[in-house]
Amino acid sequence: MTSTHAPAHRTRSTTASAVLTRVLVLGATLALTVFIAPVLIAQQSWMWLAVLLAAAVAIFALYSTRRFVPGKYLFPGTFFLGVFLILPIVLTVGYSFTNYGDGTRGTKEQAIGSIVANSVQPSPDAPRYAMTVATSGSPAEGPYELFLVDPADGTVLHGDEETALSEVDPGTVSVDDGRVTEADGLTILDANQVNTIYDELMELAVPVDETTAVRPLGVNQAFVGSTVLQYDEASDSITDTSTGEVYTVGTVGDEQYFVDSEGQRAFSQGWLQNVGLSNYERLLTNPTVAKQFLSAFVWTLVFAAGSVLTTFALGFALALILNDQRLRGRKVYRSILIMPYAIPGFISLLVWSNFYNRDFGLINEMLGLDLNWFGDPTLAKVAVLLTNLWMGFPYMFIVSTGALQAIPDELTEASRMDGASRWQATSRIVLPLLLVAVAPLLVSSFAFNFNNFNAIELLTEGGPFPDGSGRGATDILISMVYRIAFGGSGADFGFAAAVSVCLFVLTGVLAAIQFRFTNVLEDVN
Amino acid sequence: MSSTTASRAESRHRMPAGRWFAEIGWRHVVGVLAIAFAVFPILFVLSASVNPSGSLSSANLLPTSGVTFEHYAAMLGGERANFLRWYLNTIIVCGVVATGQVFLSLLAAYAFSRLRFRGRRGGMLAVLLIMMFPAILSMIAVYTMIADLGEAVPVLGLNTLAGYIAVLMGGAFGQVWLIKGFFDTIPTSLDEAAILDGATHWQTFSRILVPSMTPILATTLLLALVGSMSEFLIGSIFLTDDSKKTLAVGMYGMFSSDRSNNLGVFAAGSVMVMIPVILLYQFLQRFIVGGSTAGAVKG
Repeated sequence: MTSTHAPAHRTRSTTASAVLTRVLVLGATLALTVFIAPVLIAQQSWMWLAVLLAAAVAIFALYSTRRFVPGKYLFPGTFFLGVFLILPIVLTVGYSFTNYGDGTRGTKEQAIGSIVANSVQPSPDAPRYAMTVATSGSPAEGPYELFLVDPADGTVLHGDEETALSEVDPGTVSVDDGRVTEADGLTILDANQVNTIYDELMELAVPVDETTAVRPLGVNQAFVGSTVLQYDEASDSITDTSTGEVYTVGTVGDEQYFVDSEGQRAFSQGWLQNVGLSNYERLLTNPTVAKQFLSAFVWTLVFAAGSVLTTFALGFALALILNDQRLRGRKVYRSILIMPYAIPGFISLLVWSNFYNRDFGLINEMLGLDLNWFGDPTLAKVAVLLTNLWMGFPYMFIVSTGALQAIPDELTEASRMDGASRWQATSRIVLPLLLVAVAPLLVSSFAFNFNNFNAIELLTEGGPFPDGSGRGATDILISMVYRIAFGGSGADFGFAAAVSVCLFVLTGVLAAIQFRFTNVLEDVN
Repeated sequence: MSSTTASRAESRHRMPAGRWFAEIGWRHVVGVLAIAFAVFPILFVLSASVNPSGSLSSANLLPTSGVTFEHYAAMLGGERANFLRWYLNTIIVCGVVATGQVFLSLLAAYAFSRLRFRGRRGGMLAVLLIMMFPAILSMIAVYTMIADLGEAVPVLGLNTLAGYIAVLMGGAFGQVWLIKGFFDTIPTSLDEAAILDGATHWQTFSRILVPSMTPILATTLLLALVGSMSEFLIGSIFLTDDSKKTLAVGMYGMFSSDRSNNLGVFAAGSVMVMIPVILLYQFLQRFIVGGSTAGAVKG
């Protein structure tokens, strides 16, 4: 390993502090593993368990001996790189073949349970109970139990998902104002906590007998009703006991649902399933979606290329003009011109988003215009580019100044002697030399802007949305993924993941171009 | 033009005023225009932050309607937003992430620059390639991963600073190339001498090499710090609780809820965020010029 290191003349003494550090690191690793592994097993979080064990094994292998010196230095960063960059990429590719999203997060069993429990209908004269939610665990996690007080006679009833409703010994609970306020050994959830788990609560059904169950109604009431639907495992079908209609599993679109006799989707509940390539098919063959994707892709290219060209043109021109030896105050110019670069990007973008306000914005006001900047797709794009020009030109100015100063004066002087004009000297001698020096930076700036989510989201939020569709006129690919996955209209993780995978491929192409331009393949040594 | 002014101009510029303008003067005109373009948004923020009405309709480049510090007081007093909490969260997140990034990059850069092992070249290229795919590209997977982890280990879940920091640490190798470049400029005779004197690889690294690059590391740290400060995407899907937000997420939320009437407080907050960063930049300017040509891009 140590071709650069001369053989040691003395044996390296192991210092006490080195031993202590080693013992502490290994001890902490062991303690954390022993502490966290059982929890991960209980949660059936196999992926994280694998990560934990792999990390623990690697730490012991690398740091308990004197061997693997490079590994000791590389492991910490590699760990984070692997877990938070590589693993997510693999998972994203996996998601892109599923229908993962709102309403399809759970398993088929959970979907059936929810369909059946939701079919509980209140009988016409069913009493309303005053409901209190309690838990033996934590208020945020459950499991939850319900305490009910019958308003007619004050009887206190109790039950949970698995335990059928039964009467409670009045001595173990305190009832105040017709409502259970304390229960032995259990935590009562307050109104806020109940609100937090509202969705989960609405899925809860406490069985009374085979076909009746108690279900919450709002946050502090519950009713007894009978389940109309029943699931039959043998035939994998759901039967409506009131009408006799049978629902079977059928395929609607790309996914399986419970469907009625005419093949129509009968319930909103779905489950996580493999849908093969259909997310990609939708992306490429559905005319509306394909058009959105294509226009987002084209705009992404225009935005990234436009940002690089405009910022470089301005930054380079300023560097050329202000880099004259005879010019006084060059330092002052330089330190003021880099100020936009020093301001945290999110602040610049939010400030600029004001300037485009139609009625009060600085730009319309100062120039006496009445342009609806964010309402018109073309103007919104101009606004995005103009803002990015302001944010980016100082960087190009710094870079160009640095590169200009590295070009020897003799070159331009010699060309002037040979009769070249100042313009010729600049365009034929200085510019080509400078481009060679900064080309790699231009490519990496392009790659950066290609995924410059903030420049879009913090300025226009992707808008305007002319056709009311999911993608705004200024959405680049990455902000389009964000809107599909986390936008207002329901999460479609599977489809968004498919768009992400396309983004990976495009970024990979960019990386290849960047590698070529920067000659890193040759430079690595 | 009288002969006295001509001679004075001559002595100052060694050329007549007309020629001076053609050669030099117009550069000042361009420079002043560029400065105007560069600073007008900054002036606007400063002016809006002291404008008594605090709304967009009355905002201007210069504070024409008097000066007030009530917006600053409102921000610091927590009347309109949890500003100090966000400030603290940002310092924690950016401090840990930037220090972690620089430290882990430093370790790896040492291995890549000084140690010789199988797969070194391949490893460097792999790092370079993988760093081209930042975590925001895999936002969905990152979100579900951390949601899962939070079920088992609540301190690392969604809506926690620790979980957010962990994801941002995915960019741990962000500074490897820059720092490796600096290592490569330090002569190897320096560490060879230390090794001959009986130093271990760790002692050579931590006592000889790292101290000799302190100013460079400070600059790298600053760039990493400001870079992570503007992280918004992951923050906005992770940090939903008001007391957990960073400045980027919190100020965006506060501002977008009522743009025109929150301008004054927003501007006051911005000034308080901007000033320390601008001062640091001015202070480290000459290192940044070197660092940025070596390939760091800031957002």
